[in-house]
Order: sequence, then structure tokens, then C-alpha cells
Amino acid sequence: MSNDTTLHASTDAAHNIHGEHHEHHHETFITKYIFSQDHKTISKQFLITGMVWAVIGGLMSVLFRLQLGFPDESFPWLEDLLGKWWAAGGHITAQGYYALVTIHGTVLIFFVLTAGLSGTFANLLIPLQIGARDMASPLLNMLSYWFFFIAGVIMLSSIFVETGPFSGGWTAYPPLSALGDASPGSKTGMDLWIISMALFVVSSLLSGLNYIATVLNMRTKGMSMTRLPLTIWSLFFTAIVGVLSFPVLLSGFILLIFDRNFGTSFYLSDIFLSATGTALPNEGGSAILFQHLFWFLGHPEVYIIVLPAMGIVSEILSIHSRKPIFGYIAMIGSLFAITVLSFIVWAHHMFVTGLNPFLGSLFTLFTLLIALPSAIKVFNWLTTLWRGSIRFTPSMLFAIGFVSVFISGGLTGLWLGNSALDIHLHDTYFNIAHFHLVMGVASIFAMFAGVYHWFPKMYGRRMNITLGYIHFWISIIGAYLIFWPMHYEGLAGMPRRYYDYSIWESFKQFSELNRFISIVVFITFSAQILFIINFFYSIWNGRKETSLNPYGATTLEWTTPIHPGHGNWVGEIPEVHRWAYDYSKDGNDFIPQTTPIGADEKNEH
Amino acid sequence: MELTSTKHNQRIHPHKFTLWIAIASICMMFAGLTSAYIVKSNQDNFLEISLPNYFWYSTIAIVLSSITIHLATKAFKARERNKYKLLISLTAFLGIVFASLQVMGFVNIENHGISLIGNNSNAAASFLLVIIGLHALHVLGGVIALLVMFILSFSQKIKSYNSIPIENVSIYWHFVDILWIYLLIFLIWIR
Repeated sequence: MSNDTTLHASTDAAHNIHGEHHEHHHETFITKYIFSQDHKTISKQFLITGMVWAVIGGLMSVLFRLQLGFPDESFPWLEDLLGKWWAAGGHITAQGYYALVTIHGTVLIFFVLTAGLSGTFANLLIPLQIGARDMASPLLNMLSYWFFFIAGVIMLSSIFVETGPFSGGWTAYPPLSALGDASPGSKTGMDLWIISMALFVVSSLLSGLNYIATVLNMRTKGMSMTRLPLTIWSLFFTAIVGVLSFPVLLSGFILLIFDRNFGTSFYLSDIFLSATGTALPNEGGSAILFQHLFWFLGHPEVYIIVLPAMGIVSEILSIHSRKPIFGYIAMIGSLFAITVLSFIVWAHHMFVTGLNPFLGSLFTLFTLLIALPSAIKVFNWLTTLWRGSIRFTPSMLFAIGFVSVFISGGLTGLWLGNSALDIHLHDTYFNIAHFHLVMGVASIFAMFAGVYHWFPKMYGRRMNITLGYIHFWISIIGAYLIFWPMHYEGLAGMPRRYYDYSIWESFKQFSELNRFISIVVFITFSAQILFIINFFYSIWNGRKETSLNPYGATTLEWTTPIHPGHGNWVGEIPEVHRWAYDYSKDGNDFIPQTTPIGADEKNEH
Repeated sequence: MELTSTKHNQRIHPHKFTLWIAIASICMMFAGLTSAYIVKSNQDNFLEISLPNYFWYSTIAIVLSSITIHLATKAFKARERNKYKLLISLTAFLGIVFASLQVMGFVNIENHGISLIGNNSNAAASFLLVIIGLHALHVLGGVIALLVMFILSFSQKIKSYNSIPIENVSIYWHFVDILWIYLLIFLIWIR
């Protein structure tokens, strides 16, 4: 089908779709922008809510880096800004510091990199790229967003309670999470934390169910599974991991609620509490039980974060290298291998809990096995780039940046996955550097890449490229300058989550390094503000997109009108005749999936 | 909106498929709880509790309810509306009987001086409460779905002959039935 005809039809498109499919109800502002069941609107809601949380979570890291970099200086304006509880006398208080690191972790892992990343791109791309008018259940989809939204409101409100938000670390280990008397943050803050997280689990389950059902049941004619773009494969596996691991976290939370509120002894034993000066009446509980249940989600969770990133990057690298993705089937196979392995490695977070060493060696083996599919993927990305006609757009730069930080962060995974080395490295800055690079920076880079790339599809306009370049270079240089030195601090044994390192003889040597890291954090954070400005400015004032298929991509989302209505395609959904990666084939720059296989063309997919 | 074209008809209905994935998800939650139970039962101070007979009576109730919902589905497809209404009400009633018997089982355990929650509770008893209680909540969720079906069946305006909703409720109902039998065997086996 020719793009021209669609282009002409595009202005009437929204109205036509309206007339054909929505005669039964008139779209008001509320049904169109707030309680919308259109997957594209829900995607934007997830993205913007995720961005709000990214700013809040990022700002928290700026505040605790202020403490870590400048432990001896006081900033009176901090007390004016945040109040006595957080910054008495211009110092971030110890309680405030622990609250900051806890909420920073919770927010970025769950609200930004799970809901913000999967929620945005699964909602946007699954129906558009498989050729469906919407999700299998648009209602569940809308509910998923609103559960996420309420979870966010509750988490946000915990910041303002008198005893402060939860401050026992994002992993919420008991007894700090189970005992209100254990710390100020374990009181109301923890109640709100756990309610918020339970709602978040519900939101993730609702959306995961929808993604899986949509990918398996709603594909257009001719779209076999092996013709799907890798974005869809990765989002599909992400949803499977989420649906199978979040319920286990929920079961752990239910037991935690019983321990907190009903005096049961799942996790609590007769420990002595200095705050009250008495021993607990509980008997026989074990905190390790919570760790097992938590990490059975907690480890798959990092793949929930990084798998969509891998899919987005595969797609963007291929489009902007004008080459088919290298090893398409190997890419799917490695996604599958990572999915399976993600469920049997959780105890590598628990090597130093007194875990049986024989079990430890088994978990080491499985953990190191993940290096294989990861290496296959990295190899395939590099070979996709190899001798391609690379277009260095901001999205492409961020995708390449993803590959870079994924390699440098992934290599240290081999150290940490080793149960013997982990005895030295666990809970140090080495660990912080590892997971921030391999999953934090990598996934947020993929998210940036995706936003720059699909912005024209979301808003019909382009983002500013120059600001994009500045954003990229500050971000990648900043990321390395922040996290690279942390490896050395960690190797020297510097533990994470300490309030003030300058009072420790062994870590005094890092004062200047810590200050350097903090300054880079401030600069890098301000570059992210640049992105936010670029994003919101471009929604209304960006350069108008005039081409249906601005990148010369093969996939179905670029066969829709520039401003697709609810239902995506005017008239029939296009039929698919080939896989998603026919770039530079037989002298053609690209062949869309909707083009039938030519007479003298080999049909490989 | 025509979401599925004719060629999709031989495929499984998206809602039914979503239900199957939800069932897998619920299975994982109970797998989490039962494996926690196994870990805990191997530690010291794990009380051995023999299950009260109420849990056997409730098993009879839920197995009967599986039969009635099966017959209800058949009646719906045969368009015997009155029989269908009677059978789904009977199923919902049996569901409530099941949940009440579970509660009586817990009262019985408490009467034997074993506290389920609170300061001198034992994790073995608390586990029974959490696992059996969560299962009963899932049964009550099914009862709510049946009530919705019941109200819909009285609607005079829309006569729906689409059997997907009742089939889905039926699949879910059989699932909570099988889940209960699994949990019962599990709780008898591992102490």
C-alpha cells in the first residue's frame, strides 16, 4: 500500500475513525485525556507521570550527594527549603538521608524504570507494531494506569508525614519494615510505602496480563510471531516475567502486613529492641524468609527493567544503521534464555546471609550463565552497527550509549555474581556502580532513545536535535564520571548507605573523590532538566512532522496517520508480508512490512 | 469497534486468554506462600496442627459447586434461562457456604487454644490463616462475578447469547476448586 494515499487521508483520519467507531459516545476532555482507554493516551500518561517521578527521584539523589560530597559544610537555604526534619541547620539529617536513599531507590526502580519504561513503550508500541486497534482490554489498561497513579500519590504523601517516609532501604527488609518501633520511618511512612507498593503490584499485573493477551491474540493478518519487531518480543517477555514474579512479592508483602499489624511471627523473632528496651514477644520468625520472597521478584525485576530497553535499542540500532538486526532469532532466543534464568538466580543477592555454600555455587553458576545471552545480544548489536550507514540522531546516540554502559556495567556483574568475590564486594560502592550502570543508566538511556525516536509518533512533532546532542554528551560523560570512580571506592571496601564517610579513618581518603562525584551529579542532573524542557516545549512548539515515515522504517506504526485517532488505522488494518528488518535489501533502502514479497525475492521470514 | 476480524474466530478469545494468564499469576502467589511454608516448617518451633473437620466439609461444598457451575454453563448454552439462573445462584450460595465453613474451621482452631494472630501466635497457625484466607477471598471474588452474571441475566433489554462470560467464570471457579484441593493435600502432607 502506498504511503501517499494515507498521507492525503491523514487529515480526515481522526474524524473518520471518530465517526466509524465511536458513534455511541461523544469524547469529552475527560474521556479523551484523563480517563482515556486509548492506548496511545495511556502511554503518554505513563511517560509524563514517569518523568515527574524521575525528577523527584533524581532530585533526591542530588540532595544525598550534597551530604556525601560536602559532609562538613552547611547550607542554610536547605533548611528554609526542606524544613527541620530533612535539613536541620543546613545539613541533611541522618534520618532524612536514609529516607532519601530509600525513596530514591523505590521510585526509580518501580515508578520510573518499570511503569515509566514498560508502561510507555508497551502501551504505545504493542498495538501499533502488531497491527491492532487497541489492547485486548482497554478498560484494564486504563485501570492499570490509575492504580499506578494512586500508588504514586500515596508514595508522594509519605514524604510529608511527621515521622518521614520509609527509610529502611528500597528492599524493605524486616525488622526495619516490620516494626514500627524500629525507626521513625518504620511508622506511618512504612504503612504508606506498603499500600503504595501493593497498588503498584496490582497495576503491573493488570498491564502485564493485557500485554501478553494482546501480543498473542491481536496480531494483524500475516504478522506471525517471527515477523514481530524485537521491541514487541522484549515487551512480551517483560510482561511474562512481571506476571510470574510480582505475585510472589505480593505474597511476601501480605506476610509482612500480618507481622506489622497482627503480631504474627513470619519474619520477626524474639529480638531485643533498644528503642523500647524490651525483647519482642514474637518467636521463631526469620528475616531471611522475606529476603527469599523479595528477591524472587527483586531479581526478575531488574530484567523487567532492562528487557524493554534491549528491545528498544535493537529496533533503533537497526533503523539508524540501515541494516537488518544481526541474528534476529538469536536475539529472541537470548531474550528467552534471560527470562528463564532470571527466575533461578535470586539467591545471588543473599550470598552473605549464611546461605549454604553448595547452594551458593549453584546460584553462581546460573548467574554467570546469564552472561551468555547478554554477550550474544551485545555481539549482535555491535555487528548490526558494523559497516552500517549510521545516522547519528540523538536516539541513535542514546542507543549506542546503552550498549556502552551495558557492557561496562555488565562486566562487573561477573565479579559480583561470584559467591567468593561477593563476600568482599557485597554492599559496597562497587555494587552501586555495577547496578547503576547496567540497569539504571542503561535503561534510562534506552528510554531517552525511545522518547526521541517515537516522539513524532506520539505528538506529531520533532524534539530539538541540538538540545538532544547536549543532553546525550553530558549524560554519558557524567554517567561514567559518577560511577566509574565508585568501583575503586567499593574495591577499597567502602560500604553503601553510610551517612558520613569522613569520620571513618579508612574512607577519609575518598573525601575529594566523593566531592568530585557529587559535582558531576549536579551537572548531569541539570542536563536532564534540559531534556524535560525540550520535551514539553516540543509537544506544543516543536517542528511539525510532515512525513508519515520520517526514519524510513519498516514497521507498522509508521503506516498510521501522523495523528492517529483511537483505532489507529483508517479503514482496514494493513496486512503484513515480511519481517520487520528488511533494510538495504536488493538495492532498496528499506521495504515496509506491508509490501508483498516480490516475484524474484526470497521469503526468509 | 471491530477488534477481531473473522479470521480470528478459531483463536482463543482474548478475555479467556487473559484469564488463563491471571490464573498463572495467582498460582505464582500461592507457590510463593507454600514454598515459604515449606521453608518455615523445616525450622524449629513449627507447631503441628491437625486440620479440623470443617475443612473437609468445605471441600465437599466446593466440589459440589464445581458441578453446579458446569451444569449452569450447559444450561446457558442450551438457552434454558431459568435453569441457568437457578444453577448459578446455587453455585454462589455454595461459594458462600464454603467461605463460612473455612471461617468456622479457624474458629475451631482458636477454640483449641491455638492463636492465629497476636503475640503468642505460632507461624504454623498464621500460615494457615494467610493461605486459606487468601484462597477464600479468591472464592468470594468468584461469588461477586456470579452475582454480576445473575443480575445481568435479569436484564430485559439485552438478551446476550454470548457464552464467553459464563465460560470464563466457570474456568475460574474450577480453578479455585482445584487450587483448594491442592492446598488441602499440601497442608495435610507438609507439617
